[in-house]
Amino acid sequence: MAFEFSAEGKKAFENILTRYPDKESALLPTLHLAQKEFGSFTVDRMDAIAGLLGLPHVRVYRGVSFYTMYQRQEVGKYLLQVCTNVSCSLLGAEKLVTYLGETLGIKVGETTADGLFTLIEVECLGACGNAPVMMVNDDYYEDLTIEKLDALLDQLRRNSE
Amino acid sequence: MNSSEIILLQNVDRPNSESIGVYRESGGYKALVKALKEMKPGEIVEEVKKSGVRGRGGAGFPAGLKWSFVPKESEKPKYLCCNADEGEPGTFKDRVLIERDPHQLIEGIIISCYAIGIHTAYIYIRGEFVKGARILEQAIAEAHENGFLGKNILGSGFDVDLYVHRGAGAYICGEETALMESLEGKRGNPRNKPPFPAVVGLYGGPTVINNVETLSNVPHIVTKGGDWYAGIGTEKSTGTKLFCISGHVQKPGVYELPLGVPLKELIYNVAGGLGEGHRLKAVIPGGSSTPILTAEEAEKVTLDYESLEALGTALGSGAVIVMDETTCIVRSTWRLSKFYEHESCGQCTPCREGTAWMEKILARIVRGEGRPEDIDLLADICDNIFGNTLCPMGDAATGPVLSTVRKFRNEYEYFIEHKRSIVGN
Ligand SMILES: Cc1cc2nc3c(=O)[nH]c(=O)nc-3n(C[C@H](O)[C@H](O)[C@H](O)COP(=O)(O)O)c2cc1C
Ligand code: SF4
Ligand code: FES
Repeated sequence: MAFEFSAEGKKAFENILTRYPDKESALLPTLHLAQKEFGSFTVDRMDAIAGLLGLPHVRVYRGVSFYTMYQRQEVGKYLLQVCTNVSCSLLGAEKLVTYLGETLGIKVGETTADGLFTLIEVECLGACGNAPVMMVNDDYYEDLTIEKLDALLDQLRRNSE
Repeated sequence: MNSSEIILLQNVDRPNSESIGVYRESGGYKALVKALKEMKPGEIVEEVKKSGVRGRGGAGFPAGLKWSFVPKESEKPKYLCCNADEGEPGTFKDRVLIERDPHQLIEGIIISCYAIGIHTAYIYIRGEFVKGARILEQAIAEAHENGFLGKNILGSGFDVDLYVHRGAGAYICGEETALMESLEGKRGNPRNKPPFPAVVGLYGGPTVINNVETLSNVPHIVTKGGDWYAGIGTEKSTGTKLFCISGHVQKPGVYELPLGVPLKELIYNVAGGLGEGHRLKAVIPGGSSTPILTAEEAEKVTLDYESLEALGTALGSGAVIVMDETTCIVRSTWRLSKFYEHESCGQCTPCREGTAWMEKILARIVRGEGRPEDIDLLADICDNIFGNTLCPMGDAATGPVLSTVRKFRNEYEYFIEHKRSIVGN
Protein backbone atom coordinates (compact mmCIF):
# COMPACT_ATOMS: atom_id res chain seq x y z
CA MET A 1 0.00 0.00 0.00
CA ALA A 2 1.28 3.42 -0.88
CA PHE A 3 2.37 5.62 1.99
CA GLU A 4 2.87 9.14 0.87
CA PHE A 5 2.39 12.32 2.89
CA SER A 6 0.53 15.15 1.23
CA ALA A 7 2.63 18.05 -0.01
CA GLU A 8 1.90 19.90 3.21
CA GLY A 9 2.63 16.78 5.25
CA LYS A 10 5.99 16.36 3.55
CA LYS A 11 6.94 19.90 4.45
CA ALA A 12 5.86 19.32 8.04
CA PHE A 13 7.89 16.11 8.16
CA GLU A 14 11.02 17.86 6.88
CA ASN A 15 10.52 20.52 9.53
CA ILE A 16 10.16 17.90 12.27
CA LEU A 17 13.52 16.42 11.36
CA THR A 18 15.27 19.77 11.93
CA ARG A 19 14.20 19.88 15.55
CA TYR A 20 16.18 17.02 17.03
CA PRO A 21 19.77 15.82 16.99
CA ASP A 22 18.65 12.35 15.84
CA LYS A 23 15.90 10.90 13.66
CA GLU A 24 14.53 8.62 16.36
CA SER A 25 13.27 11.61 18.35
CA ALA A 26 11.06 12.50 15.42
CA LEU A 27 8.94 9.39 16.05
CA LEU A 28 6.12 10.93 18.10
CA PRO A 29 5.63 14.00 15.91
CA THR A 30 5.80 11.84 12.79
CA LEU A 31 3.16 9.51 14.20
CA HIS A 32 0.94 12.50 15.00
CA LEU A 33 1.36 13.72 11.47
CA ALA A 34 0.67 10.30 9.96
CA GLN A 35 -2.43 9.83 12.07
CA LYS A 36 -3.72 13.16 10.91
CA GLU A 37 -3.23 12.19 7.28
CA PHE A 38 -4.17 8.50 7.37
CA GLY A 39 -6.42 8.06 10.41
CA SER A 40 -4.96 4.94 11.96
CA PHE A 41 -1.90 2.70 11.98
CA THR A 42 -1.85 -0.41 9.86
CA VAL A 43 1.28 -2.54 9.85
CA ASP A 44 2.13 -1.22 6.37
CA ARG A 45 1.98 2.33 7.56
CA MET A 46 4.07 1.63 10.64
CA ASP A 47 6.67 -0.13 8.48
CA ALA A 48 6.76 2.82 6.12
CA ILE A 49 7.34 5.20 9.04
CA ALA A 50 10.12 2.96 10.32
CA GLY A 51 11.67 3.25 6.86
CA LEU A 52 11.37 7.04 6.86
CA LEU A 53 13.09 7.32 10.22
CA GLY A 54 15.57 4.51 9.75
CA LEU A 55 14.23 2.63 12.79
CA PRO A 56 13.66 -1.08 13.31
CA HIS A 57 9.98 -1.83 12.64
CA VAL A 58 9.44 -3.05 16.17
CA ARG A 59 10.38 0.36 17.57
CA VAL A 60 7.47 1.91 15.75
CA TYR A 61 5.03 -0.86 16.78
CA ARG A 62 6.10 -0.44 20.39
CA GLY A 63 5.64 3.31 20.20
CA VAL A 64 2.19 3.06 18.69
CA SER A 65 1.07 0.53 21.29
CA PHE A 66 2.49 2.46 24.25
CA TYR A 67 0.86 5.82 23.56
CA THR A 68 -2.91 5.78 23.84
CA MET A 69 -3.55 8.64 21.42
CA TYR A 70 -2.38 6.56 18.46
CA GLN A 71 -5.24 4.57 16.98
CA ARG A 72 -4.53 1.07 15.80
CA GLN A 73 -8.05 0.61 14.52
CA GLU A 74 -10.15 2.78 12.29
CA VAL A 75 -12.30 5.11 14.39
CA GLY A 76 -15.39 7.06 13.46
CA LYS A 77 -15.26 10.48 11.90
CA TYR A 78 -15.80 11.90 15.37
CA LEU A 79 -13.90 10.34 18.25
CA LEU A 80 -15.86 11.12 21.41
CA GLN A 81 -13.42 10.97 24.33
CA VAL A 82 -15.24 11.42 27.62
CA CYS A 83 -13.16 11.99 30.72
CA THR A 84 -14.36 9.84 33.61
CA ASN A 85 -11.57 10.58 36.06
CA VAL A 86 -12.43 11.80 39.53
CA SER A 87 -13.31 15.48 39.10
CA CYS A 88 -15.47 14.72 36.06
CA SER A 89 -17.08 11.74 37.77
CA LEU A 90 -17.98 13.88 40.78
CA LEU A 91 -19.99 16.01 38.36
CA GLY A 92 -21.75 13.23 36.50
CA ALA A 93 -19.40 12.07 33.74
CA GLU A 94 -20.58 8.49 34.01
CA LYS A 95 -24.15 9.54 33.29
CA LEU A 96 -22.93 11.25 30.16
CA VAL A 97 -21.18 8.11 28.99
CA THR A 98 -24.33 6.07 29.59
CA TYR A 99 -26.41 8.64 27.79
CA LEU A 100 -24.09 8.78 24.77
CA GLY A 101 -24.04 5.00 24.59
CA GLU A 102 -27.82 4.81 24.63
CA THR A 103 -28.38 7.64 22.20
CA LEU A 104 -25.84 6.35 19.72
CA GLY A 105 -26.71 2.71 20.28
CA ILE A 106 -23.13 1.67 20.95
CA LYS A 107 -21.01 0.48 23.83
CA VAL A 108 -17.83 2.19 24.98
CA GLY A 109 -15.12 1.31 22.47
CA GLU A 110 -17.55 0.87 19.57
CA THR A 111 -18.30 2.87 16.43
CA THR A 112 -21.76 3.66 15.07
CA ALA A 113 -22.82 1.75 11.95
CA ASP A 114 -22.71 4.95 9.87
CA GLY A 115 -19.06 5.38 10.83
CA LEU A 116 -19.70 8.77 12.37
CA PHE A 117 -19.06 8.30 16.07
CA THR A 118 -16.68 6.27 18.21
CA LEU A 119 -17.19 6.48 21.98
CA ILE A 120 -14.33 6.03 24.43
CA GLU A 121 -13.58 6.88 28.05
CA VAL A 122 -10.33 8.70 28.74
CA GLU A 123 -8.27 9.78 31.73
CA CYS A 124 -8.10 13.32 33.11
CA LEU A 125 -7.89 15.81 30.25
CA GLY A 126 -6.44 18.59 32.38
CA ALA A 127 -9.60 20.66 32.31
CA CYS A 128 -11.25 19.57 35.57
CA GLY A 129 -12.33 23.10 36.47
CA ASN A 130 -14.86 22.82 33.66
CA ALA A 131 -15.95 19.27 34.39
CA PRO A 132 -17.48 17.23 32.94
CA VAL A 133 -15.24 17.38 29.88
CA MET A 134 -15.06 15.59 26.56
CA MET A 135 -12.79 15.85 23.55
CA VAL A 136 -14.14 15.40 20.06
CA ASN A 137 -11.12 14.75 17.85
CA ASP A 138 -8.78 17.63 18.77
CA ASP A 139 -11.30 19.93 20.43
CA TYR A 140 -12.40 20.31 24.04
CA TYR A 141 -16.07 20.56 25.06
CA GLU A 142 -16.51 21.58 28.66
CA ASP A 143 -19.13 22.08 31.36
CA LEU A 144 -21.17 19.41 29.59
CA THR A 145 -24.81 18.60 30.17
CA ILE A 146 -27.17 16.20 28.40
CA GLU A 147 -28.70 19.19 26.57
CA LYS A 148 -25.29 20.34 25.39
CA LEU A 149 -24.46 16.83 24.20
CA ASP A 150 -27.68 16.66 22.19
CA ALA A 151 -26.96 19.97 20.52
CA LEU A 152 -23.39 18.96 19.80
CA LEU A 153 -24.32 15.60 18.28
CA ASP A 154 -26.86 17.36 16.06
CA GLN A 155 -24.29 19.85 14.93
CA LEU A 156 -21.69 17.18 14.20
CA ARG A 157 -24.22 15.20 12.17
CA ARG A 158 -25.10 18.30 10.18
CA ASN A 159 -21.42 19.14 9.63
CA SER A 160 -20.81 15.72 8.16
CA GLU A 161 -23.64 15.86 5.62
CA MET B 1 0.58 38.23 54.16
CA ASN B 2 -0.05 40.30 51.06
CA SER B 3 -2.96 38.36 49.67
CA SER B 4 -3.46 40.70 46.75
CA GLU B 5 -0.25 39.79 44.94
CA ILE B 6 -1.03 38.44 41.48
CA ILE B 7 2.08 37.50 39.55
CA LEU B 8 1.42 34.73 37.06
CA LEU B 9 -2.16 35.50 36.13
CA GLN B 10 -1.80 39.27 35.74
CA ASN B 11 -2.19 39.14 31.96
CA VAL B 12 -4.48 36.22 31.30
CA ASP B 13 -7.71 38.20 31.13
CA ARG B 14 -6.54 40.82 28.64
CA PRO B 15 -7.93 40.51 25.13
CA ASN B 16 -5.39 38.71 22.88
CA SER B 17 -3.20 38.02 25.89
CA GLU B 18 -1.43 35.31 23.88
CA SER B 19 0.01 37.78 21.36
CA ILE B 20 3.48 39.24 21.71
CA GLY B 21 2.15 42.77 21.22
CA VAL B 22 -0.13 42.59 24.24
CA TYR B 23 2.58 40.91 26.28
CA ARG B 24 5.08 43.62 25.47
CA GLU B 25 2.60 46.41 26.24
CA SER B 26 2.48 45.14 29.79
CA GLY B 27 6.26 45.08 30.14
CA GLY B 28 6.88 41.67 28.59
CA TYR B 29 10.44 40.72 27.59
CA LYS B 30 11.91 43.55 29.68
CA ALA B 31 13.17 40.93 32.12
CA LEU B 32 15.00 39.22 29.27
CA VAL B 33 16.62 42.49 28.27
CA LYS B 34 17.66 43.10 31.87
CA ALA B 35 19.01 39.55 32.22
CA LEU B 36 21.07 39.67 29.03
CA LYS B 37 22.35 43.22 29.37
CA GLU B 38 22.78 43.71 33.10
CA MET B 39 23.21 40.32 34.72
CA LYS B 40 25.72 37.52 34.62
CA PRO B 41 24.27 34.01 34.36
CA GLY B 42 25.44 33.17 37.88
CA GLU B 43 23.65 36.21 39.27
CA ILE B 44 20.36 34.97 37.87
CA VAL B 45 20.85 31.56 39.46
CA GLU B 46 21.54 33.37 42.75
CA GLU B 47 18.34 35.42 42.50
CA VAL B 48 16.30 32.28 41.77
CA LYS B 49 17.93 30.57 44.76
CA LYS B 50 17.18 33.59 46.94
CA SER B 51 13.56 33.60 45.79
CA GLY B 52 13.14 30.15 47.32
CA VAL B 53 10.77 29.16 44.49
CA ARG B 54 10.14 25.42 44.59
CA GLY B 55 9.17 23.24 41.65
CA ARG B 56 5.47 23.55 40.87
CA GLY B 57 5.18 20.23 39.03
CA GLY B 58 4.58 18.21 42.16
CA ALA B 59 7.84 17.33 43.87
CA GLY B 60 8.57 20.83 45.20
CA PHE B 61 12.34 20.77 44.71
CA PRO B 62 13.98 24.23 45.00
CA ALA B 63 14.51 25.43 41.42
CA GLY B 64 17.69 27.45 41.99
CA LEU B 65 19.33 24.53 43.76
CA LYS B 66 18.45 22.17 40.91
CA TRP B 67 19.99 24.58 38.41
CA SER B 68 23.19 24.77 40.43
CA PHE B 69 23.72 21.00 40.03
CA VAL B 70 24.24 21.42 36.30
CA PRO B 71 27.95 21.45 35.46
CA LYS B 72 29.14 24.71 33.91
CA GLU B 73 31.33 22.97 31.38
CA SER B 74 30.05 19.96 29.55
CA GLU B 75 31.27 18.06 26.52
CA LYS B 76 27.75 17.11 25.57
CA PRO B 77 25.16 19.80 24.88
CA LYS B 78 22.99 20.81 27.82
CA TYR B 79 19.21 20.90 27.52
CA LEU B 80 16.21 22.43 29.19
CA CYS B 81 12.86 20.62 29.13
CA CYS B 82 9.75 22.45 30.15
CA ASN B 83 7.31 19.95 31.59
CA ALA B 84 3.87 20.77 30.18
CA ASP B 85 2.52 17.25 30.45
CA GLU B 86 -0.11 18.28 33.03
CA GLY B 87 -1.45 14.78 33.59
CA GLU B 88 -1.99 14.51 37.33
CA PRO B 89 -5.77 14.17 37.76
CA GLY B 90 -7.20 17.38 39.17
CA THR B 91 -4.52 19.61 37.62
CA PHE B 92 -5.40 22.22 34.99
CA LYS B 93 -3.25 25.25 35.69
CA ASP B 94 -0.48 24.94 33.10
CA ARG B 95 -3.07 24.98 30.35
CA VAL B 96 -4.09 28.50 31.43
CA LEU B 97 -0.49 29.71 31.43
CA ILE B 98 0.16 28.10 28.03
CA GLU B 99 -2.98 29.24 26.24
CA ARG B 100 -3.34 32.66 27.79
CA ASP B 101 0.19 33.83 28.52
CA PRO B 102 2.59 31.78 26.39
CA HIS B 103 5.16 34.56 26.16
CA GLN B 104 5.56 34.72 29.93
CA LEU B 105 6.58 31.05 29.78
CA ILE B 106 8.82 31.54 26.75
CA GLU B 107 10.55 34.49 28.36
CA GLY B 108 11.08 32.38 31.47
CA ILE B 109 12.59 29.59 29.39
CA ILE B 110 14.99 31.89 27.53
CA ILE B 111 16.20 33.52 30.75
CA SER B 112 16.62 30.13 32.41
CA CYS B 113 18.65 28.88 29.44
CA TYR B 114 20.89 31.93 29.69
CA ALA B 115 21.35 31.42 33.43
CA ILE B 116 22.35 27.76 33.04
CA GLY B 117 24.21 28.06 29.73
CA ILE B 118 21.77 26.09 27.59
CA HIS B 119 21.18 26.54 23.86
CA THR B 120 18.38 24.09 23.13
CA ALA B 121 15.07 23.79 24.96
CA TYR B 122 11.95 21.70 24.44
CA ILE B 123 8.46 22.17 25.75
CA TYR B 124 7.01 18.70 26.27
CA ILE B 125 3.25 19.26 26.12
CA ARG B 126 0.62 16.58 26.58
CA GLY B 127 -0.76 15.44 23.25
CA GLU B 128 -4.34 16.42 24.03
CA PHE B 129 -3.40 20.09 24.34
CA VAL B 130 -3.56 20.58 20.58
CA LYS B 131 -4.67 24.17 20.95
CA GLY B 132 -1.97 24.90 23.51
CA ALA B 133 0.69 23.46 21.21
CA ARG B 134 -0.57 25.61 18.35
CA ILE B 135 -0.52 28.74 20.50
CA LEU B 136 3.02 27.98 21.66
CA GLU B 137 4.24 27.40 18.09
CA GLN B 138 2.77 30.75 17.10
CA ALA B 139 4.30 32.49 20.12
CA ILE B 140 7.71 30.94 19.42
CA ALA B 141 7.53 32.22 15.84
CA GLU B 142 6.70 35.71 17.14
CA ALA B 143 9.58 35.58 19.61
CA HIS B 144 11.93 34.66 16.74
CA GLU B 145 10.65 37.56 14.63
CA ASN B 146 11.31 39.91 17.51
CA GLY B 147 14.87 38.68 18.02
CA PHE B 148 14.19 37.02 21.39
CA LEU B 149 14.93 33.51 20.15
CA GLY B 150 17.47 32.05 17.73
CA LYS B 151 20.98 33.29 17.13
CA ASN B 152 22.57 36.24 18.92
CA ILE B 153 19.53 37.21 20.98
CA LEU B 154 19.26 41.01 21.22
CA GLY B 155 22.85 41.32 20.11
CA SER B 156 24.12 39.55 23.21
CA GLY B 157 25.88 36.74 21.38
CA PHE B 158 23.69 34.24 23.22
CA ASP B 159 21.68 31.66 21.17
CA VAL B 160 18.63 29.60 22.10
CA ASP B 161 16.40 27.37 20.02
CA LEU B 162 13.07 26.34 21.45
CA TYR B 163 10.81 23.57 20.14
CA VAL B 164 7.42 22.16 21.08
CA HIS B 165 7.23 18.40 21.44
CA ARG B 166 3.79 16.82 21.80
CA GLY B 167 3.24 13.74 23.94
CA ALA B 168 0.64 11.20 22.95
CA GLY B 169 -1.43 10.16 25.94
CA ALA B 170 0.68 8.61 28.70
CA TYR B 171 0.58 10.02 32.22
CA ILE B 172 3.94 8.50 33.08
CA CYS B 173 5.65 10.80 30.57
CA GLY B 174 5.16 13.61 33.08
CA GLU B 175 7.77 11.90 35.24
CA GLU B 176 10.98 13.66 34.31
CA THR B 177 13.05 10.69 33.17
CA ALA B 178 10.14 9.14 31.25
CA LEU B 179 9.67 12.54 29.64
CA MET B 180 13.21 12.43 28.30
CA GLU B 181 12.78 8.89 27.00
CA SER B 182 9.61 9.97 25.26
CA LEU B 183 11.30 13.00 23.75
CA GLU B 184 13.98 10.68 22.41
CA GLY B 185 11.24 8.76 20.59
CA LYS B 186 11.03 5.81 22.95
CA ARG B 187 8.34 4.43 25.20
CA GLY B 188 7.95 6.44 28.39
CA ASN B 189 9.77 4.10 30.73
CA PRO B 190 11.35 5.98 33.64
CA ARG B 191 15.12 5.71 34.04
CA ASN B 192 17.01 4.73 37.13
CA LYS B 193 18.34 7.60 39.24
CA PRO B 194 21.20 8.31 39.79
CA PRO B 195 22.52 9.56 37.50
CA PHE B 196 20.25 12.57 37.88
CA PRO B 197 19.12 14.48 34.79
CA ALA B 198 21.18 17.51 35.84
CA VAL B 199 24.25 15.39 35.11
CA VAL B 200 23.08 12.82 32.54
CA GLY B 201 19.77 13.69 30.92
CA LEU B 202 18.42 14.20 27.44
CA TYR B 203 20.76 12.68 24.80
CA GLY B 204 23.12 12.03 27.67
CA GLY B 205 23.73 15.72 28.30
CA PRO B 206 23.11 17.68 31.53
CA THR B 207 19.41 18.55 31.56
CA VAL B 208 17.13 20.78 33.59
CA ILE B 209 13.47 19.85 33.76
CA ASN B 210 11.04 22.35 35.19
CA ASN B 211 7.30 22.72 35.24
CA VAL B 212 5.50 25.42 33.22
CA GLU B 213 4.48 27.32 36.37
CA THR B 214 7.99 27.21 37.84
CA LEU B 215 9.51 28.69 34.67
CA SER B 216 6.75 31.30 34.30
CA ASN B 217 7.89 32.79 37.62
CA VAL B 218 11.41 33.44 36.37
CA PRO B 219 10.87 36.74 34.51
CA HIS B 220 9.22 38.21 37.61
CA ILE B 221 12.05 37.09 39.87
CA VAL B 222 14.56 38.70 37.50
CA THR B 223 12.56 41.95 37.35
CA LYS B 224 11.78 42.34 41.03
CA GLY B 225 14.48 40.26 42.69
CA GLY B 226 14.64 37.08 44.71
CA ASP B 227 14.08 38.92 47.99
CA TRP B 228 10.81 40.36 46.77
CA TYR B 229 9.57 36.88 45.81
CA ALA B 230 10.76 35.35 49.07
CA GLY B 231 8.70 37.96 50.92
CA ILE B 232 5.49 36.43 49.62
CA GLY B 233 4.06 33.27 51.18
CA THR B 234 5.64 31.56 54.17
CA GLU B 235 9.27 31.18 55.12
CA LYS B 236 9.64 27.72 53.57
CA SER B 237 6.95 28.04 50.91
CA THR B 238 7.68 31.27 49.13
CA GLY B 239 5.71 32.98 46.42
CA THR B 240 2.27 32.50 45.02
CA LYS B 241 0.83 29.23 43.71
CA LEU B 242 -1.80 28.46 41.14
CA PHE B 243 -4.47 26.36 42.80
CA CYS B 244 -6.78 24.31 40.59
CA ILE B 245 -9.93 23.69 42.51
CA SER B 246 -12.48 21.23 41.13
CA GLY B 247 -15.29 18.97 42.25
CA HIS B 248 -18.13 20.07 44.50
CA VAL B 249 -17.59 23.82 44.71
CA GLN B 250 -19.64 26.66 43.25
CA LYS B 251 -16.79 28.30 41.36
CA PRO B 252 -14.20 25.77 40.29
CA GLY B 253 -11.19 27.20 38.48
CA VAL B 254 -7.57 28.31 38.67
CA TYR B 255 -6.76 30.85 41.37
CA GLU B 256 -3.45 32.43 42.27
CA LEU B 257 -2.91 32.78 46.01
CA PRO B 258 0.11 33.21 48.23
CA LEU B 259 1.36 29.95 49.70
CA GLY B 260 0.27 29.55 53.29
CA VAL B 261 -3.34 30.55 52.63
CA PRO B 262 -5.87 28.48 54.60
CA LEU B 263 -7.51 25.76 52.49
CA LYS B 264 -10.78 26.90 54.04
CA GLU B 265 -10.32 30.33 52.49
CA LEU B 266 -9.84 28.78 49.05
CA ILE B 267 -12.87 26.51 49.31
CA TYR B 268 -15.38 28.77 51.02
CA ASN B 269 -14.43 32.26 49.87
CA VAL B 270 -12.44 32.10 46.67
CA ALA B 271 -14.28 29.16 45.12
CA GLY B 272 -17.67 30.13 46.52
CA GLY B 273 -18.12 27.21 48.88
CA LEU B 274 -20.01 23.99 48.32
CA GLY B 275 -23.45 23.67 46.76
CA GLU B 276 -26.54 24.89 48.69
CA GLY B 277 -27.23 22.64 51.60
CA HIS B 278 -24.14 20.48 51.10
CA ARG B 279 -21.28 19.96 53.48
CA LEU B 280 -17.65 19.04 53.09
CA LYS B 281 -16.68 15.40 53.35
CA ALA B 282 -13.12 15.18 52.06
CA VAL B 283 -10.48 17.00 50.05
CA ILE B 284 -7.65 15.67 47.90
CA PRO B 285 -5.25 18.58 48.38
CA GLY B 286 -2.57 18.33 45.69
CA GLY B 287 -3.62 16.09 42.83
CA SER B 288 -4.81 12.50 42.75
CA SER B 289 -1.59 11.05 44.18
CA THR B 290 -1.71 13.05 47.39
CA PRO B 291 -3.34 11.40 50.42
CA ILE B 292 -6.89 12.56 51.15
CA LEU B 293 -7.86 14.92 53.98
CA THR B 294 -11.00 14.59 56.08
CA ALA B 295 -13.24 17.66 56.31
CA GLU B 296 -11.91 18.33 59.77
CA GLU B 297 -8.29 18.25 58.60
CA ALA B 298 -9.11 20.32 55.52
CA GLU B 299 -10.70 23.06 57.58
CA LYS B 300 -7.59 23.45 59.69
CA VAL B 301 -4.72 23.16 57.24
CA THR B 302 -2.93 25.91 55.35
CA LEU B 303 -1.76 25.45 51.77
CA ASP B 304 2.00 25.27 51.93
CA TYR B 305 4.55 22.49 51.55
CA GLU B 306 5.30 22.11 55.26
CA SER B 307 1.74 22.13 56.65
CA LEU B 308 0.46 19.54 54.21
CA GLU B 309 3.53 17.38 54.78
CA ALA B 310 2.88 17.52 58.51
CA LEU B 311 -0.52 15.95 57.81
CA GLY B 312 1.07 13.14 55.82
CA THR B 313 0.02 14.53 52.47
CA ALA B 314 1.50 17.03 50.00
CA LEU B 315 0.93 20.27 48.13
CA GLY B 316 1.71 18.38 44.93
CA SER B 317 0.65 20.27 41.83
CA GLY B 318 -1.85 22.45 43.71
CA ALA B 319 -4.85 20.47 42.50
CA VAL B 320 -7.56 20.63 45.14
CA ILE B 321 -10.42 18.18 44.59
CA VAL B 322 -13.40 18.90 46.81
CA MET B 323 -15.91 16.21 47.76
CA ASP B 324 -19.23 16.79 49.50
CA GLU B 325 -21.29 14.35 51.55
CA THR B 326 -22.83 12.73 48.46
CA THR B 327 -19.43 11.38 47.38
CA CYS B 328 -18.77 7.67 47.67
CA ILE B 329 -15.16 7.48 48.80
CA VAL B 330 -14.88 3.81 47.84
CA ARG B 331 -16.08 4.45 44.33
CA SER B 332 -13.84 7.48 43.76
CA THR B 333 -10.85 5.53 45.08
CA TRP B 334 -11.69 2.68 42.72
CA ARG B 335 -11.74 5.15 39.82
CA LEU B 336 -8.31 6.43 40.79
CA SER B 337 -6.96 2.90 41.15
CA LYS B 338 -8.14 2.25 37.61
CA PHE B 339 -6.17 5.27 36.49
CA TYR B 340 -2.95 4.06 38.12
CA GLU B 341 -3.41 0.55 36.81
CA HIS B 342 -3.88 1.94 33.31
CA GLU B 343 -0.90 4.30 33.54
CA SER B 344 1.70 2.05 35.17
CA CYS B 345 4.47 1.63 32.61
CA GLY B 346 4.89 -1.97 33.74
CA GLN B 347 8.64 -1.86 34.27
CA CYS B 348 8.62 -2.87 37.94
CA THR B 349 6.66 -5.74 39.38
CA PRO B 350 5.35 -4.12 42.58
CA CYS B 351 3.81 -1.24 40.61
CA ARG B 352 2.54 -3.28 37.65
CA GLU B 353 1.09 -6.11 39.73
CA GLY B 354 0.15 -4.02 42.75
CA THR B 355 -1.86 -1.44 40.83
CA ALA B 356 -3.66 -4.24 38.96
CA TRP B 357 -4.52 -6.01 42.20
CA MET B 358 -5.77 -2.87 43.89
CA GLU B 359 -8.03 -2.13 40.95
CA LYS B 360 -9.36 -5.68 40.94
CA ILE B 361 -10.14 -5.65 44.65
CA LEU B 362 -11.73 -2.20 44.61
CA ALA B 363 -13.77 -3.16 41.56
CA ARG B 364 -15.17 -6.19 43.33
CA ILE B 365 -16.03 -4.15 46.41
CA VAL B 366 -17.87 -1.64 44.20
CA ARG B 367 -19.73 -4.51 42.50
CA GLY B 368 -20.91 -5.65 45.92
CA GLU B 369 -18.66 -8.69 45.93
CA GLY B 370 -16.08 -7.47 48.43
CA ARG B 371 -14.89 -9.60 51.35
CA PRO B 372 -14.13 -8.27 54.83
CA GLU B 373 -10.44 -9.19 54.50
CA ASP B 374 -10.15 -7.06 51.35
CA ILE B 375 -9.60 -3.91 53.37
CA ASP B 376 -6.45 -5.16 55.00
CA LEU B 377 -5.40 -6.75 51.75
CA LEU B 378 -5.47 -3.32 50.11
CA ALA B 379 -3.29 -1.91 52.88
CA ASP B 380 -0.87 -4.85 52.48
CA ILE B 381 -0.55 -4.28 48.76
CA CYS B 382 0.22 -0.61 49.35
CA ASP B 383 2.86 -1.68 51.82
CA ASN B 384 4.46 -3.93 49.21
CA ILE B 385 4.53 -1.19 46.59
CA PHE B 386 5.67 1.70 48.75
CA GLY B 387 9.37 2.38 48.48
CA ASN B 388 9.93 -0.61 46.20
CA THR B 389 9.63 0.90 42.76
CA LEU B 390 11.89 2.57 40.28
CA CYS B 391 9.98 5.83 39.98
CA PRO B 392 7.67 7.73 42.36
CA MET B 393 4.55 6.57 40.50
CA GLY B 394 4.39 3.39 42.59
CA ASP B 395 4.21 5.41 45.80
CA ALA B 396 1.77 7.79 44.13
CA ALA B 397 -0.63 4.94 43.40
CA THR B 398 -0.77 4.03 47.08
CA GLY B 399 -1.69 7.58 48.15
CA PRO B 400 -5.42 7.50 47.51
CA VAL B 401 -5.88 3.87 48.58
CA LEU B 402 -3.98 3.87 51.83
CA SER B 403 -5.29 7.22 52.99
CA THR B 404 -8.94 6.36 52.35
CA VAL B 405 -8.59 2.92 53.93
CA ARG B 406 -7.24 4.64 57.03
CA LYS B 407 -9.53 7.64 57.19
CA PHE B 408 -12.75 6.26 55.70
CA ARG B 409 -12.52 2.62 56.74
CA ASN B 410 -16.17 2.70 57.78
CA GLU B 411 -17.19 3.35 54.17
CA TYR B 412 -15.31 0.28 53.00
CA GLU B 413 -16.82 -1.81 55.79
CA TYR B 414 -20.29 -0.58 54.98
CA PHE B 415 -19.90 -1.28 51.26
CA ILE B 416 -18.67 -4.82 51.89
CA GLU B 417 -21.33 -5.63 54.46
CA HIS B 418 -24.33 -4.06 52.71
CA LYS B 419 -23.17 -4.51 49.12
CA ARG B 420 -23.89 -0.88 48.45
CA SER B 421 -22.38 2.50 49.17
CA ILE B 422 -22.82 4.32 52.46
CA VAL B 423 -24.11 7.27 50.44
CA GLY B 424 -26.84 5.09 48.96
CA ASN B 425 -25.98 4.38 45.37
C1 LIG C 1 4.07 9.80 37.64
C2 LIG C 1 4.54 11.22 37.63
C3 LIG C 1 3.90 12.15 36.83
C4 LIG C 1 4.33 13.48 36.79
N1 LIG C 1 3.67 14.36 36.00
C5 LIG C 1 4.10 15.64 35.94
C6 LIG C 1 3.45 16.58 35.08
O1 LIG C 1 2.49 16.26 34.39
N2 LIG C 1 3.93 17.86 35.05
C7 LIG C 1 5.01 18.24 35.81
O2 LIG C 1 5.41 19.38 35.72
N3 LIG C 1 5.62 17.38 36.62
C8 LIG C 1 5.21 16.09 36.70
N4 LIG C 1 5.88 15.21 37.51
C9 LIG C 1 7.06 15.69 38.26
C10 LIG C 1 8.33 15.63 37.41
O3 LIG C 1 8.91 14.35 37.54
C11 LIG C 1 9.39 16.65 37.85
O4 LIG C 1 9.55 16.56 39.22
C12 LIG C 1 9.01 18.08 37.51
O5 LIG C 1 8.70 18.22 36.16
C13 LIG C 1 10.17 18.99 37.83
O6 LIG C 1 9.81 20.33 37.61
P1 LIG C 1 9.62 21.35 38.84
O7 LIG C 1 10.79 21.13 39.75
O8 LIG C 1 9.62 22.69 38.23
O9 LIG C 1 8.34 20.98 39.48
C14 LIG C 1 5.44 13.87 37.58
C15 LIG C 1 6.07 12.94 38.40
C16 LIG C 1 5.62 11.63 38.43
C17 LIG C 1 6.33 10.66 39.32
S1 SF4 D 1 6.91 2.61 39.49
FE1 SF4 D 1 5.38 2.02 37.96
S2 SF4 D 1 5.39 3.68 36.50
FE2 SF4 D 1 7.30 3.89 37.69
S3 SF4 D 1 8.83 2.74 36.53
FE3 SF4 D 1 7.94 1.29 37.95
S4 SF4 D 1 6.25 0.31 36.80
FE4 SF4 D 1 6.82 2.16 35.69
S1 FES E 1 -10.96 14.79 35.75
FE1 FES E 1 -11.88 15.19 33.84
S2 FES E 1 -10.64 16.76 33.01
FE2 FES E 1 -9.63 16.27 34.86
